Amino acid sequence: MKISVQKEPFDLGAEANAFADGDMSNGAIVTFTGVVRDLAHGDLDVMEIEHYPGMTEKALNKIASEAQERWSLGDVLVIHRHGRLAPGDQIMMVATASPHRKDAFEAAEFLMDYLKSRAPFWKKEFTGKSADWVAAKDEDEVALNRW
Amino acid sequence: MDILYFAWVRERIGLPKEKIETKAETVSQLVHELRAREERYEVAFSDLSALRVALDQELSDFDAPLTGVREVAFFPPMTGG
Repeated sequence: MKISVQKEPFDLGAEANAFADGDMSNGAIVTFTGVVRDLAHGDLDVMEIEHYPGMTEKALNKIASEAQERWSLGDVLVIHRHGRLAPGDQIMMVATASPHRKDAFEAAEFLMDYLKSRAPFWKKEFTGKSADWVAAKDEDEVALNRW
Repeated sequence: MDILYFAWVRERIGLPKEKIETKAETVSQLVHELRAREERYEVAFSDLSALRVALDQELSDFDAPLTGVREVAFFPPMTGG
């Protein structure tokens, strides 16, 4: 299991290639990448991500450990960036390796659902005119109920 | 006890962290004390349904006791991913 909370960009290809490399029991690897989007008005300049050093790592470890208990996983990777990001920048990635495709997909979705509302990150969007904190969505909370 | 604030809570109160002496037994009592301090605290804590609390870096709730707690953090609902 690898958890990384970092300011620096990550190399998605290199991370995916190195992930669970050499463990022949994993027949399935799923990766998900979150990217800064500019859906609302088309004028997003910067997204700033704040986090709670210490608690963030603990929360991510807890979520990843729970995924390992619930599904048959050979390995789990979570990388989440903080600081100032531009539209199109990669924010985060999760990867799951499993002997079975279903476990790898489900565990990745579980990780994403919990990361959204149980890991202490907060996003602020800056446009030329305004700076607004991104509000949590009710549907993000509802998404946890299926697990 | 260390009190930490994040995101718009930090901005409204105007600082990321402070040390306080308190006899509050629960998070609610602590919030009550903070609100009575100054307008900016009153504003930040006016709607508790918009806030989350962590005790020693674990999510908790406003009814929770503060016994043995060293670090309390207040912040809005999280928006990771």
